[in-house]
Amino acid sequence: MAIEASKIELSLGPVYFNWSPQKLEDFYDRIANEAPIARVHIGEIVCGKRSPLNAGALARSAERLRQAGKTVVWSGLIAPVNKRERGMIRDLIATGDEIEVNEMGGMIHLKGQPFTAGPFLNLYNENALALMARLGCTRWCARVELPLNSIRTMARALPTLGTELFGFGRLPLAHSGRCYHARQHGLTKDSCQYVCDRDPDGASIETLDGEPLLAYNGVQTLSHSLQVCSMNAKALSEAGVCALRLSPHDIDMVAVAEAFRDHLDGKLDSEAFVSRLVGYLPGWPISNGYLSGRAGREWVAI
Amino acid sequence: MLELVSPAGTPASLKAAVQAGADTVYCGLRDETNARNFPGLNFSATELAEGVDFAHRHGSRVLLAINTFARAGAGIAWRSAVDIAAQYGADAIVVADIAVLDYAAQTYPEMRLHLSVQAAAGTPEAIEFYASRFGVRRVVLPRTLSIPEIRTLKNEVAVEIEVFAFGGLCVMIEGKCDLSSFVTGRSPNLSGVCSPAECVTYSKDGNERSARLSGLTIQREQTGKPVGYPTICKGKFRDGNSVGHVFEDPVSLNTVELLPDLIDAGVTALKIEGRQRGKAYVEQVTREFRTAIDAVTSGTGTCDHAGLKSLAEGHRSTTGAFRKSWR
Repeated sequence: MAIEASKIELSLGPVYFNWSPQKLEDFYDRIANEAPIARVHIGEIVCGKRSPLNAGALARSAERLRQAGKTVVWSGLIAPVNKRERGMIRDLIATGDEIEVNEMGGMIHLKGQPFTAGPFLNLYNENALALMARLGCTRWCARVELPLNSIRTMARALPTLGTELFGFGRLPLAHSGRCYHARQHGLTKDSCQYVCDRDPDGASIETLDGEPLLAYNGVQTLSHSLQVCSMNAKALSEAGVCALRLSPHDIDMVAVAEAFRDHLDGKLDSEAFVSRLVGYLPGWPISNGYLSGRAGREWVAI
Repeated sequence: MLELVSPAGTPASLKAAVQAGADTVYCGLRDETNARNFPGLNFSATELAEGVDFAHRHGSRVLLAINTFARAGAGIAWRSAVDIAAQYGADAIVVADIAVLDYAAQTYPEMRLHLSVQAAAGTPEAIEFYASRFGVRRVVLPRTLSIPEIRTLKNEVAVEIEVFAFGGLCVMIEGKCDLSSFVTGRSPNLSGVCSPAECVTYSKDGNERSARLSGLTIQREQTGKPVGYPTICKGKFRDGNSVGHVFEDPVSLNTVELLPDLIDAGVTALKIEGRQRGKAYVEQVTREFRTAIDAVTSGTGTCDHAGLKSLAEGHRSTTGAFRKSWR
């Protein structure tokens, strides 16, 4: 079942970075009021140590987004490490709100409730996706390294599921037990002093030739470049994609969302879209290699 | 009784590991279904059958690693690997993909299933999911847990625990790491390789030697010092004004001094990494660990494991996340 091109939605992924409660609330306030985004994924998914700091701000933001007519989806931790963190997904499921599962442990708390399979679950083929669908999965966001050919095969095999593609933002590439912000500041994870709050988009590191390559964000490692999906609505629809996911950064995300919307609505061609989008970025390179099955850091004309 | 699980990239390594005292040997088929999909490595179905026969005659077991994720639209290769394991009598399969687990559980209900580290199951809930849905009997834990955490986990799950004991050290949670595909286009989950050798080049510039991965320089040392293999998570990077190993130094894992603690924490099996290593390496590490395990379990104390130290990458080793301070 091809998605009608005009119906392709934008969704907002969870914030990966350690933003202050005030910054989070201001950010979601603008999203609620101004952004052409239908679904907003919210929740601390990177580091359970941060949760007590931002839980209140996220709950207030969720309410604010709902009042503005957005669909709010609570997104669970990628790698819970202690009892409190392990319980977080169970508590989210108990609220009855929409849920995105990012770790297989979440599955045992679901009693048939519909859920979104997040991009951190290892779903690489149509049989794995079909199994998740039998367990209540109604929507999924493809893992970032999956090529479009695989996504198309999976989406076509499960036409009743909503398929999201990681459309914008630094690519979440790896997750560790070790905190790199702590390590680079001479601390350990247990005594981290929350130094990850100094880098609202992650801290970029360069190769020995001086080329920026990756960015660390606490226990997470991201790409330095931002993935930009510049496929038009017709091409996305043909691949079975129903939504592009935009990953929040400390830039004008409303303007970013509007550029994507204009492109999906055919008001901008792909070239004009990319050049408008790049204008919102503080000199960051863009990439899209994963979509065509190449190295993720490459930019390939599609 | 702690089970020693040794790697075998070739039939010759399998025999060497068995003769050196491995309780169990793990290997993979010569295709993309296993996470050491390197040229010149791995087993044909016939070689697997011969390996199983040899191991069984010497009282050892063989595990078949089918531990990559099936490519969309191409699942037949992974299902066929499961069929081969069943047909040729592998004692268990080591699997990461829920689709492959589901196929094995449905088709061969009596087959023993081990959950690969690539499945990244590090919580009691995740392990319970795999155990209750697919009947998984053993989990290979992600290399992120400390020994007290392993003890707590063991008390909450009904499956056996296997941990990595020696060899290459993944710094990132395995099965959730796309660093290699971001740089080279190929990764453990997509193609069974990490930072593949065909993407690596070395060069000498004046009194320095460098190693590059897909053209990116991420190792550089003065002549005379060893240059590490340019795996991304062990690479050198510039972070502001400083240059160093941001993620991890070029070290490898060695837990030999932790054996009593691992036994006490309820670990069932110790896994030696390195199906890509040669027969002599496999033989030596297996023999050292056999001696160490026997010394600890018979109460004769520990011995000097100098031999293991010389086998570590760059002759430097770590106990990794088993000690909490690593984080």
